[in-house]
Amino acid sequence: MNSSIVLSFSTAHILTDAVYYSLCGILAIAVLLGIHLMSKVEKAHLGNKISALAIALSIVITLIKKDILPVWLIYPAMAVGLIIGLLLAKRVRMIEMPQLVALLNGIGGAASAIVASFAFLSLYHSDEVFGKTTASLAIVIGTITLFGSLVAAGKLHKVFPQKPVILPLHQLAAVILVFLLLALVFLGGFFSLAPSSVLLAAMIILAAAFGLIFSVRVGGADMPITISLLNSLSGVAAAIAGFAVTDILLVSVGGIVGASGLFLTQIMCRAMNRKLADILLGKTALQENKTKKQEEVKEEQTGEETEPVDPVSVIKNAKRIIIVPGYGMAVAQAQHLVKKLADRLVENGAVVKYAIHPVAGRMPGHMDVLLIEAGIAFNDVYEMDSINDEFKEADLTIVVGANDVLNPAARNAEGTPIYGMPILNVDQCKNIVIFNYDLQPGYSGVENPIYARKEELWVIQGNASDTLAEVLDKL
Amino acid sequence: MPVLRIQTAMDVIQYILIGVFVVATVVGYLLIHNVPSRLHTPLMSGMNALSGVTILGALLATATALSSNNPVVGYVFGSLAIVLAMINVAGGFSVTNRMLKMFGRKKENNE
Repeated sequence: MNSSIVLSFSTAHILTDAVYYSLCGILAIAVLLGIHLMSKVEKAHLGNKISALAIALSIVITLIKKDILPVWLIYPAMAVGLIIGLLLAKRVRMIEMPQLVALLNGIGGAASAIVASFAFLSLYHSDEVFGKTTASLAIVIGTITLFGSLVAAGKLHKVFPQKPVILPLHQLAAVILVFLLLALVFLGGFFSLAPSSVLLAAMIILAAAFGLIFSVRVGGADMPITISLLNSLSGVAAAIAGFAVTDILLVSVGGIVGASGLFLTQIMCRAMNRKLADILLGKTALQENKTKKQEEVKEEQTGEETEPVDPVSVIKNAKRIIIVPGYGMAVAQAQHLVKKLADRLVENGAVVKYAIHPVAGRMPGHMDVLLIEAGIAFNDVYEMDSINDEFKEADLTIVVGANDVLNPAARNAEGTPIYGMPILNVDQCKNIVIFNYDLQPGYSGVENPIYARKEELWVIQGNASDTLAEVLDKL
Repeated sequence: MPVLRIQTAMDVIQYILIGVFVVATVVGYLLIHNVPSRLHTPLMSGMNALSGVTILGALLATATALSSNNPVVGYVFGSLAIVLAMINVAGGFSVTNRMLKMFGRKKENNE
């Protein structure tokens, strides 16, 4: 049948079962090795290459073993995907990385959902409960991943408002959707009552709704955790789709990604002192509204403007300096100016270090990437835990476009979204110069009491690339 | 001819797959320890690329659909899945590579 479309020669015999399954095992181990190396700074680059090679070889052996090699019609699609993917990766600016990861993740989830839909439709009238159930589950998880990721990417890219959106009966709607989806998976797996297309459509629509509801109420600093969780979910979707089409490599690699993604999510939660359950239940979102009532608010708007001392001279005289870069710096594209400033200070004999909060930028590690891209030495960039005790002894802290990560409200303002989050101890430093766009609260919506400090604080408001350039001129 | 599901010895294969999944999950979970937070973004991006492994399923499903009763619809959706999964794989690995190359380069310059 369709011999004009599908060429009739077979390649499956080239790889015997024994060879194929051995190769699958080796490739799964290669993926594990890749992920393991990627969690070490020195070896991360190699780890990524090993993973990429493992996936490439997986594609090749799958094409051979499953007799797909002669099906030439698949190659245009592969080429198109390859070109789009490479272009996206090449064009994206480093600051847009979080939304790109979210977008790619959603795309992967969509692909898994489509694969599972094929399996579902082809098995629907058979009595293969295992295949039908796993296919249904993969459709649901893949679709949730797609829509959840799209909302996350949209929020990060400012296509959607970044504040959490809470619908009436949000929690109830989410719970009901979960039960409906479970019921549909059960129906799809065990019975064949409704027409397959109706069931498929219902699964996709409800899963999409759940993905939207899930992501839309996440706001503020919790977005990276959500993306990481969705990332883990897309691995799970791939693994379960692998069950549905009985592909051992898909199951193993998907399982690995799902599990290690979940673990990474936990590590992130720990770094941000957040509970995964709270984020899933939208706890931050619910507390967001209270923040304006914080008492610190009254004291605002007084800190700056009346300094008798010129901040430039303070910067000039400091010997031990810590720079705290934040997302504002990245938005203003000021990382190169920050580097220039630091270089100038080092020429003057100062020691300059960079303090990076785990969630500086929009994702853990995002700020490191931005600084290093600007040519700042890797060894001068410190993680929060290794530099937090040095603020006391430093002469000066220069904050560039950061707010929440040094907001002391996190220590004592209970009920605010950032309460309990570990912060940089900038407030313990003798002198603080802040280059921020304005004195508005940061992404979390919580007022920063540091601004109320009367002495040894200089706030230079405006776009960081303008204000930094001005200060650089005066140095 | 490509086959979407292996029809023989179905039961055995199910158990093998479940076993593989459990082992992969446990090992994957044990794999990451003390990831420095500066590597979270590249690691997440790299794992994201790995989840594009679903392209294997997409290839298989498309090839199978081409020899089914409804090859055109199957080809359209199958190609869509291949394109999407391929974007995920290629874009993910290449952007991770871009990030990590900077890490490596600066490191060498410093030492």
